[in-house]
Amino acid sequence: MDAVTPPPPSPPPSLQVSGLAYAYPDGHQALFGVDLTVPRGERVALLGPNGAGKTTLVLHLNGILTAGAGSVTVAGLPVSARHVAEIRRRVGIVFQDPDDQLFMPTVREDVAFGPATAGLRGAELASRVHDALAQVGMEAHADRPPHHLSFGQRRRVAVATVLAMQPDILVLDEPSSNLDPASRRELADILRKLDVTVLMVTHDLPYALELCPRSVVLSDGVIVADGSTQQLLCDERLMAEHRLELPFGFDPGSVTVPGR
Amino acid sequence: MSEGHAHKLYLHAHSPVHALPAHCKLAAVFAFVLLVVSTPRESMWAFGLYAALLAAVARAARVPYGHLLKRLLIEVPFVAFALLMPFVAQGPYVEVSGISLSASGLWGAWNILAKGTLGVAASVILASTTELRELLLGLQRLRLPPMLVQIASFMIRYGDVITDEMRRMRIARLSRGFRASSVRQWGVLAQSAGALFIRSYERGERVHLAMVSRGYAGTMPVIDEVSATPAQWRGAAALPLAALAVCLMGWTL
Repeated sequence: MDAVTPPPPSPPPSLQVSGLAYAYPDGHQALFGVDLTVPRGERVALLGPNGAGKTTLVLHLNGILTAGAGSVTVAGLPVSARHVAEIRRRVGIVFQDPDDQLFMPTVREDVAFGPATAGLRGAELASRVHDALAQVGMEAHADRPPHHLSFGQRRRVAVATVLAMQPDILVLDEPSSNLDPASRRELADILRKLDVTVLMVTHDLPYALELCPRSVVLSDGVIVADGSTQQLLCDERLMAEHRLELPFGFDPGSVTVPGR
Repeated sequence: MSEGHAHKLYLHAHSPVHALPAHCKLAAVFAFVLLVVSTPRESMWAFGLYAALLAAVARAARVPYGHLLKRLLIEVPFVAFALLMPFVAQGPYVEVSGISLSASGLWGAWNILAKGTLGVAASVILASTTELRELLLGLQRLRLPPMLVQIASFMIRYGDVITDEMRRMRIARLSRGFRASSVRQWGVLAQSAGALFIRSYERGERVHLAMVSRGYAGTMPVIDEVSATPAQWRGAAALPLAALAVCLMGWTL
């Protein structure tokens, strides 16, 4: 018998949130002990009604808000004031309004902002910018100012700005909002091709079903459901209890979900 | 940066002046203006020479004189002020076609007019040959406080966004039957201005959040290194050096 080679140690999950609780300074408590683990390479949708605490949770992932209790770990590194620069490189947040995300005069400079802040310069920086723009199919627009692009293009550039930082996890806040169906599909194609862990915060349930095999439901500051997206969406009682509604005529059980 | 950012002053062309790095041009214009201002106002011929120098630069930069003169109109409010001076200043008076004018006021008005016009003309040439983005990089290169450069760069980026927001608010007002026909409606306009301010402020907070999320810690990274060769510096120095000669002559002759 050959000696059994031990399996390589599995990489730490891209995201591990345990017992996370948070109250805003005005006393309003938004999170009551959230537990969430996202293994490397998975795409997970974070669903929940307005005011469920989704944004609050997202702002904990890169240390903008600091946990009242509990902990957040990104690819093995705890989120704390000491590691904040590395954490912000590892967690790429794409905010909802691309006009907030794209603040530099040209697309190229905007995509370069993250890596340049981290100290990259010259040819290395240029190739990083080019690769990130190529991943979202926007390399032809590098020298244009963001406000000359269409909304869908701006959203894609916003994704590129965080891809350029080579994050361990991509966090998208309402990626499909305000997109026309074609831009929406283009963005889905891009996201599906990326080899990166994704946490997608959304109200757009068909989009979650299309892109994320797994979903978690956040309601009133706790995770109330965690499972296959299709099963969750088919659970009528769960959906009704947490103000989640499918678009008219959409039957989540009837569609075949594309594989990864 | 071949497209976009075409602000209204910029004239796209290929000329030796366009090709100079922005920080050389900025330094040259600044030195030129300082020299013009320090020239004694009594040497009227010197100002004629300065104007000739600028005309030569405009020619080299392929900026049409018509364009230059039209842009000079921005100076009009200051001209109005200068024209008042002979009437309000004190001192010995001179008769000019039956009106008694203050001699020191006349000199003051001439001083403002000549130096102001030359300064504005130099700036117009600078703005016609340099893109906004390059100007900012140039200012950064000249070690202007980074905070000021950042503020200016955000103004460029968000000017259109805020104008757009303003336009949408106006359409929303009009759609609900609002017409600013009398003073009584000013309250509504003031409220719109307030709402716009709050929205812009909130946007500022969201932008800051997005910046912090990408590692911003108070300083902008240098993405485009701009540098100038000695030859480019010499090219840019031609204007202030010629002006220096004129200025010295103005003091000695």
